[in-house]
Amino acid sequence: MTFSTAIFYIFSAILVFAALRVITTRNPVHAALWLVLCFFTAAGVWILLKAEFLAIVLVLVYVGAVMVLFLFVVMMLDVNFDSLRTNIRSYVPVAATVGVLVLLEMALVIVGAHIGTDAAPPIETGSNTKALGRLLYIDYLYPLEIASAVLLVAIIAAIALTHRTRGKTKHQDPGAQVRVRREDRVRLVNMPSENRE
Amino acid sequence: MLSFLTAPTLAHYLVLGAILFAISMAGIFLNRKNVIIILMAIELMLLAVNLNFIAFSSYLGDMNGQVFVFFILTVAAAESAIGLAILVLLFRNVGSINVDDLGKLKG
Repeated sequence: MTFSTAIFYIFSAILVFAALRVITTRNPVHAALWLVLCFFTAAGVWILLKAEFLAIVLVLVYVGAVMVLFLFVVMMLDVNFDSLRTNIRSYVPVAATVGVLVLLEMALVIVGAHIGTDAAPPIETGSNTKALGRLLYIDYLYPLEIASAVLLVAIIAAIALTHRTRGKTKHQDPGAQVRVRREDRVRLVNMPSENRE
Repeated sequence: MLSFLTAPTLAHYLVLGAILFAISMAGIFLNRKNVIIILMAIELMLLAVNLNFIAFSSYLGDMNGQVFVFFILTVAAAESAIGLAILVLLFRNVGSINVDDLGKLKG
């Protein structure tokens, strides 16, 4: 058994165990942390598959941004989580049945199709990052620009949904500033001029 | 020793992805009241699908799978951000994250 084979099985075991702990733990902060472990271990498995750029992107973007966001939200919301876990024992039969059935069906298809009887992936020369960058910026340039537009829309939507204006801060309203009329600002008063004495 | 643990082929990685997907489906069935855990189970599902794509990309020598994973990561990050914003708004208005309390829109 080579080192990479052992690493694959160790990482797979950690990944499956951490995924099980995500869905069964009582405390949602713990669940978020188990999910972080899932992502780190999955990044390790992706490096085994020679996709090192995406593994690093997974750690930086998913763990570094998305999971941190999850942890912020989970810690900010003061929720009584025990009330959400009432009757959870009654859901276990359905959940276990569905999970095992889906897994068996998928595993039967995958193993029965005899894919991967030829063993290891071909060794690629050159850096993964360079190849991915070349493909992204030449062949997939238009979807890349659309993806950046999607991210912009997500930013705008998240801010627009949750932003609350506090009445106490002074701020400018450019729309009102542009809509102002002369009559609102200037009032001409007709007065007789005063005499010298 | 552990001789049944052979070198991983494509089928090994796909079965690992299938296990993660099934775990996250069971997680949604199990935690059907808790919106935060449902969102985390969705992230696990996306991780399983990404693992599938990268396994195929590596074993078939085609880089397009990894490009697709790149876009899946982008869209998943956007969707998590907006989902959590909706969750925060929900908690502000309703005061709980129980799925059963979401029925306010019903006529």
